[in-house]
Amino acid sequence: MDMLISILEQGLIFAIIAMGVYITYKILDFPDLSVDGTYPLGAAITATMIASGINPLLAMLAAIAAGAAAGLVTGLIHVKLKVRDLLSGIITMTALYSVNLHIAGKANLPIFNTTTIFNNGIVNTIFPAFLEPYKTLIIIFLVALAAKLLLDWYLKTKSGYLLRAVGDNPAVVTSLANDKGTIKIIGLMISNALVALAGSVMCQQQRFFEVQMGIGTIVIGLAAVIIGITLFRKLRRVKPTTAVAVGSILYKACVALAITYGLSATDMKLVTAVLFLLILVIAMERRSRRKKLA
Amino acid sequence: MLSLEHIYKTYNRGTVNETPIFDDFNLTIEDEEFVTVVGSNGSGKTSLLNIICGSIDVDAGSTLINGVDITRMDDFKRYRKIGRVYQNPAMGTCSEMTILENLSMADNKGKPFNLTPGTDKRRIDFYRENLRHLGLGLEDKLNVTVGSLSGGQRQALALLMSTLTPIEFLILDEHTAALDPKTAETIMELTDKLVRGKGITTVMVTHNLRYATGYGNRLIMMHEGKIILDNKGDDKCKTSIEELLGIFNRISIECGN
Ligand SMILES: Nc1ncnc2c1ncn2[C@@H]1O[C@H](COP(=O)(O)OP(=O)(O)O)[C@@H](O)[C@H]1O
Ligand SMILES: [Mg+2]
Repeated sequence: MDMLISILEQGLIFAIIAMGVYITYKILDFPDLSVDGTYPLGAAITATMIASGINPLLAMLAAIAAGAAAGLVTGLIHVKLKVRDLLSGIITMTALYSVNLHIAGKANLPIFNTTTIFNNGIVNTIFPAFLEPYKTLIIIFLVALAAKLLLDWYLKTKSGYLLRAVGDNPAVVTSLANDKGTIKIIGLMISNALVALAGSVMCQQQRFFEVQMGIGTIVIGLAAVIIGITLFRKLRRVKPTTAVAVGSILYKACVALAITYGLSATDMKLVTAVLFLLILVIAMERRSRRKKLA
Repeated sequence: MLSLEHIYKTYNRGTVNETPIFDDFNLTIEDEEFVTVVGSNGSGKTSLLNIICGSIDVDAGSTLINGVDITRMDDFKRYRKIGRVYQNPAMGTCSEMTILENLSMADNKGKPFNLTPGTDKRRIDFYRENLRHLGLGLEDKLNVTVGSLSGGQRQALALLMSTLTPIEFLILDEHTAALDPKTAETIMELTDKLVRGKGITTVMVTHNLRYATGYGNRLIMMHEGKIILDNKGDDKCKTSIEELLGIFNRISIECGN
């Protein structure tokens, strides 16, 4: 039971990352590695602000804004300086490692016994005792749901239409008299804002910031997106945001199972990489088959 | 009015692939002119359209719209006044978005793409009416993704999208070339109706000499980056397919083919 709750908690936090990665990888066709830096960025800002007694909601908003700013940097590097997409993300990610250390002041910043979105006067009074074990999960679910609904809404606005168009066919955006570079930048900002939000939630759930926590974020995010989209390809009714959230939970479940069946922490990243390669190959296989049919 | 003045352009300058294409090229297109452009492959037709639209830079010379120099203006800004349809039907539409979503975007051209709903439900009847005029049955497929349409249907949609909002110039690059003869005919008639109905100044590149002679009120023939024939008014009406074929043959003999 504890394991299931833990899987769902982790899976839902990574669902928010997956939604961000969905924007860059799936909509913009931009493999954005900045997320390895923006995820801990959200955590660093949140931990630092909470540790100094600032309201956790405010800390979350600050994390979101910082994530958007980092996305803006990646976007400007790519669009204005014409650096390749992958490299633009790597530059931001690398820079953020130092930035995160500066923000937190050290490599590891615990926030035990502080006020967080999971531990504060309001939630402690409204949650009845029998729901106590699920309190964290419920709150994470609500945050993830809010992120999903907001993103769903945005993708149906005029601005959201252009975002989808720029990944689909940039020439259309140009003929609509809009700058495709600007639209790409907006997409990167939203994506990294979501990822930083996930970092903020994660840091409050685990009660610490750790500078290494971002390593491999992109891989998990991509895996969640590819699993989700591949699984739900046939079901047009399921929104992609829902699909990638389910993908994220499934991925976390697989990892948890692997660990219970004796996978050592040392091999973790190796197995992750192999698993990811497998997912990629399967997804590509399907795509090329689809192309041939078309 | 659209003018190109003293245009010079060489692709890949200073490399082994250096391709000079325009050497003091001049062209003025008056308002409401419908110019058909013919010429052999590589004669610079697409390059000409790309220069008008700002898709490529020129080495020297100026592009003017209504006397205003737009040579340094970004391509996307020029499209406020320009609509464009490409040879490839996939270029003018978004394949993973629905017909309705594509039309909604096109309908919003020139207005801000903000956080209001992407589709204005009150406009759906208007879209449906426009789709019905195409005569391809698209009015019943508003919620179908464009990727699943045929090339002809996509091209018709692209043409509709590019002319949905008021534009001054329409740029067509072999936009019927990828279509079967019957669909090509439909699209061509539709183009003529739109252009004349809205009085849009139009440049249409085509390899179909029947279209080149039968439509429009000015005919230009290009060869190696130069205009070698430019017939307007009565001359244009009298230009025959045979005459054009004759020139094509003469050129290819001169080129040693
Ligand atoms: N982007 C480009 N880079 C290099 N050469 C080009 C480019 N576009 C066109 N050219 C060359 O310029 C010449 C004219 O091409 P184009 O304008 O496409 O001719 P057309 O449309 O009349 O067939 C051709 O020799 C072509 O190879
Ligand atoms: Mg061409």
